[in-house]
Amino acid sequence: MPQFYGTTIDSALMLGTAQYPSPAVMAQAFQASGAGIATVSLRREGGGGQDFFRLIQGLGIPLLPNTAGCHSVREAVTTAQMARELFGTPWIKLEVIRDDDTLCPDVVALIDAARILSQDGFQVFPYCTEDLSVCGRLLEAGCEVLMPWGAPIGSGRGLNNAYGLRSLRAHFPQVPLVVDAGIGLPSHAAQAMELGYDAVLLNTAVARAGDPVAMARAMALAIEAGRLAHAAQPIEARDMAAPSTPMLGMAVLA
Amino acid sequence: MKITLNGAPHELSGPTVQDALAEIGLAEARVATALNGVFLPADQRALTPLGDGDALEVVAPMQGG
Repeated sequence: MPQFYGTTIDSALMLGTAQYPSPAVMAQAFQASGAGIATVSLRREGGGGQDFFRLIQGLGIPLLPNTAGCHSVREAVTTAQMARELFGTPWIKLEVIRDDDTLCPDVVALIDAARILSQDGFQVFPYCTEDLSVCGRLLEAGCEVLMPWGAPIGSGRGLNNAYGLRSLRAHFPQVPLVVDAGIGLPSHAAQAMELGYDAVLLNTAVARAGDPVAMARAMALAIEAGRLAHAAQPIEARDMAAPSTPMLGMAVLA
Repeated sequence: MKITLNGAPHELSGPTVQDALAEIGLAEARVATALNGVFLPADQRALTPLGDGDALEVVAPMQGG
């Protein structure tokens, strides 16, 4: 099972808490999935924040607060500081967004914010691109986990750049890697795990499904299947056929 | 005094941030605060005065992905 900053997690599924039809459905989805981490956020208190906190505490799993919506280093750092106090954890899913259409990370600001927060004792989970140089800089900045996107947040497109994600895995074999965002189907999540990723973080694909509870279970099964498949060392793909039934001893009947 | 509370104009008597939270019914709530864009830790609220024109942000746990 994945280990982040010295904490072992019970499941390779990290599940978001947004967009569910109701709090009850959210709680059922978490139960059905056995998710190991719940991602949460913080917003201006307009009522409801206290009830939500009681609900997520009831999940009984580690919380990973995010800096969703932040577009600058200053915003992200201040949000992280408030999140640490609010949720009582040094973990922070660091998002610094450059472009609102794609929710593409601002990787330059991300690295700056990651360095500031790491020096301040935060344990940073950066939502990043799969770019090797960016990921290398994030590790130098103090990150011990990387969370490259599969595709833009909420798009459900799956792994847009499987080559890049595979390359990242090969370059950083000892670093916990999580595919974060873009997962639409259980097969996408399984593919991430087959590539050797340590975990998958998703939200919309479950919360906005017709049956979120059933989809949560499907994602959990797919992630477990992908994890087992990677550990089982899959065969290499080849261009030409290779008979699986022995040719030796075949009767001559022609 | 007139401050901006979570982006909207607000009339509060103060004098501290903790007093302001009490005035809006959040003295005991699980919230985090920032004053004029800078994080204000919980243990500093009672020591930090509010003044005319200050911008106070009060945030709470919320759903997120």
